[in-house]
Amino acid sequence: MEPWPWYISGAAIAAVMLLLLLVGKNFGMSSNLRTFCTICGAGKNTEFFQFDWKAQKWNLIVVLGAIIGGYIGSHHLSNDVTVDINPKTVTELQGLGFESAGTEYLPDELFGTGIWTNPKTILLLALGGFMVGFGARYAGGCTSGHAISGLSNLQWPSLLAVIGFFAGGMVMIYFLYPIIFG
Amino acid sequence: MMRSLIYLLIGIFFGITMFKSEAASWFRIYEMFKFDAFHMYGIIGTAVVLGVIIVQVIKRFKIKSFYGEPIEFQPKDKSVPRYIIGGFIFGLGWALAGACPGPMFTLVGAGYLPIFIVIAGAIAGTWMYGLLRDKLPH
Repeated sequence: MEPWPWYISGAAIAAVMLLLLLVGKNFGMSSNLRTFCTICGAGKNTEFFQFDWKAQKWNLIVVLGAIIGGYIGSHHLSNDVTVDINPKTVTELQGLGFESAGTEYLPDELFGTGIWTNPKTILLLALGGFMVGFGARYAGGCTSGHAISGLSNLQWPSLLAVIGFFAGGMVMIYFLYPIIFG
Repeated sequence: MMRSLIYLLIGIFFGITMFKSEAASWFRIYEMFKFDAFHMYGIIGTAVVLGVIIVQVIKRFKIKSFYGEPIEFQPKDKSVPRYIIGGFIFGLGWALAGACPGPMFTLVGAGYLPIFIVIAGAIAGTWMYGLLRDKLPH
């Protein structure tokens, strides 16, 4: 199977939000990271993590589903997982050292099996994840909570957050990538 | 039990969507921030336009959940710094790791093991936010 076009994909995301609303829940994935912290004992000395995590069990089940869905999507619904990005982007990425651009789903240089012996790559992935987790909780939501749920409910704070997402993303790619990967 | 099964099925559908839409691809995120393709904007735009209609219809017709409860929308707290600063930091990470908190888990299922480093980082970042929360401007 081919990748889905943007209009099917967008409609499917809206359907996920609708289904969750219809079962009385809100679409927001980064809340699960807080739940993980609580399960790991973060509530012992930090008030922010003192809540009944069992009330969030439904969202952990959604996460489990997302893992299974990722397996089905990649192993059973795709013959070729190459992402057909803009040829101009491919050339640019190759210039930054991402030789796998245009031939993979994720870059080998960051997600290939060779990275385990490369401390710089491990550090970059950890740092990227750290900022995603820190920023999502600071902003009170991520792409699903703000860009989808929040904007759908016409929330001004969510628009601010989305502007922040793009500002941060552009600074990373336009200014920091040439330093990190150049 | 029945409810858990519904959450699981919604999650599976979400995971397939993230993978097949290529929203879980690092390359698509890079391309989006470079404005080199319409793809990601089309996805988010379609989801938001349909989402606005869905929310308006639910509010206008006071549609209830499958379990007969009213559907409630929690308004976001009114403030500026937390959204701009928090959002900015999130964006830095999103562009570097190429995955946000939903696709991270999709990629576990797709078999990319290094994504566990990103997830561990995200949990650590959330934990750090909890520790520093009282000292940060909101």
